[in-house]
Amino acid sequence: MKTIILQTASNYLLPVLLLFSVFILLRGHYLPGGGFVGGLVAAIAFVLDAFANGINETKRVLKFHPGYFMPVGLGIAFLSAISPIVLADLPIMTGLWADGSIPVLGTIGSALFFDTGVYLVVIGAALTIIFTISESA
Amino acid sequence: MTNHIITLPLLVNLFISIILMFYWRKVRLQKIVSVAGSVLGLAVAILVFIHVYQNGTQTVASGNWSAPFGIVLVGDMLAATLILLTAISALAVSVFSTVAVINARLRFGYFSVFHFLILGLNGAFLTGDIFNLYVWFEIIIISSFVLISIGGEKNQLEGAVKYFTLNFFASMIFLTALGILYGLAGTLNMADLSAKVSQIDNQVLVEVCAILFLVGFGIKSAVFPLYFWLPASYHTPPAAVSAIFSGLLTKVGVYAMIRVFSVIFEMTPFLQTLLMVIAVLTIFSGGVGSLIQNNIRKVFSYLIICHIGFMIGGLAMFTKVAIAGVAFYLIHDIIIKTNLFLIAGLIFRMKASSSMRKIGGIYSNYPKLSLLISIPLFSLIGIPPLSGFWPKISLIIASFELKHYWFFGALIFGSFITLVIIARLWSRVFWKEQPKMDSNPKFNYFYQLSKFDKMRFVLPIVLLTIVTLYIGFGAEHIQEISTRIAEEIVNKDLYINAVLKSS
Repeated sequence: MKTIILQTASNYLLPVLLLFSVFILLRGHYLPGGGFVGGLVAAIAFVLDAFANGINETKRVLKFHPGYFMPVGLGIAFLSAISPIVLADLPIMTGLWADGSIPVLGTIGSALFFDTGVYLVVIGAALTIIFTISESA
Repeated sequence: MTNHIITLPLLVNLFISIILMFYWRKVRLQKIVSVAGSVLGLAVAILVFIHVYQNGTQTVASGNWSAPFGIVLVGDMLAATLILLTAISALAVSVFSTVAVINARLRFGYFSVFHFLILGLNGAFLTGDIFNLYVWFEIIIISSFVLISIGGEKNQLEGAVKYFTLNFFASMIFLTALGILYGLAGTLNMADLSAKVSQIDNQVLVEVCAILFLVGFGIKSAVFPLYFWLPASYHTPPAAVSAIFSGLLTKVGVYAMIRVFSVIFEMTPFLQTLLMVIAVLTIFSGGVGSLIQNNIRKVFSYLIICHIGFMIGGLAMFTKVAIAGVAFYLIHDIIIKTNLFLIAGLIFRMKASSSMRKIGGIYSNYPKLSLLISIPLFSLIGIPPLSGFWPKISLIIASFELKHYWFFGALIFGSFITLVIIARLWSRVFWKEQPKMDSNPKFNYFYQLSKFDKMRFVLPIVLLTIVTLYIGFGAEHIQEISTRIAEEIVNKDLYINAVLKSS
């Protein structure tokens, strides 16, 4: 199903949706949102792109096989979970917070890294499933 | 700093599976990393065990949220012992998998999921929060779904569907029970629940909730009316997979029952009678079911069910002696059942069949290996001084003290029927002459393997057999540990104080 309207629209929608997913990711600590929803939105952005331009084109945009997003995301979440043990001798998964806040991002804490890990795992898992199904179909 | 020790078994296995996920397609490297990771896991488990043994129950409040509010990890004697046994079985199965599972299966992330399964088991043993226990159960069953269906052969998928449906149903019942319990008590921390559940006015609803937990865990641990999924599915996946399933997955259900019925719910006479009836029927039906089977792995599957009954009956009596027997039996059973399925895998590799009618003559072909295999088989029956004998003493003493003669009879029946089954298996598989069978030219028989491959088949069995021998001949130490576990289980205040006062 290659239509010129969808192709043109998806070229603009991909960056906008990705930006929106990052917005949802960052918003997540106190408001509705977070890594899981953000990851789903980002995965949908790539799925839309795959519908419009074909899977091979999307794979070229992604550069890596989506399967590799999962271990990277899990690794980031793992590091954020053990950081209180290593850095502050506090129990596992204790939230560590930096002093002061940064514009746009707000206060940086280990929870943000954990959420980023979840974000990547969700993108990786969702895209791996969808790519595998559409390749075997 | 030592405070973090009990989180290490979780972290090590998570770390190993993350590393393995990076090397999706490099099977050789995956094998090396998995075996090295399992050795590391065993070292950490020993560390945890020694630490808990010397310093008593350890707790870690994850996220630094103190006890009734956050999720607490509790390492008591029972949890530490089970973690150690899990690590031993995981090492044996990991080595066995490197040669017994074909590369096409390993390429689908077998080892990564395997370590996730071990992570889930360790988490279930450690957690002090009932909802978190549910989450670890989910991790366990999702990993086991992948392991049981990886490869996708026809009969394997048939087994996987049965396994999936009933285990999923069990999780649903468990979750429903959790919802009711949370609605009644307003807390999920097991130690906190213990105090609050006894103050609830509507004790009938509490009892209903306890029954729901019993059904949920009963399906998972394969007790009498709920066990049909187990023999239907355990003989289909590769031997290495069914070894880890039979050693640990049903036992985690037993563990959950011990935990829930010792800490959260009071052992009412009704519950005790119900558990006792279930135990006797489980022993009976598992034993009789095993007697009529021909496939070696199906015989062992029914024996799992039969021996689960011993533990449920011990739990039903709920005295210190009985629980010590249960703990000892759990220690013995995890190692022996893992070993049995590894042996079934070895026999399949020798003869290219698991049907007892078609094979035979292993004793004349492989006399030394047969001698090795005889040790775990005799321990399974419980011939003194091997490991299966000692826990039965505790169970029999307890059943006499409480005048549970039905259970006493069932115990004797279970032991004798195991003897009959194993004797039959021995004479058919080991002593009988090999019946005429066309050798399969495509099959890679055991004698054709290289020396290194043979080593990897036999070494895990040797490792587990040595552990079994230690449990038998070092029974004094194991009995000491079991008695300590029993003390902690029967006096639930020890557990509650350790969780609530530490934070």
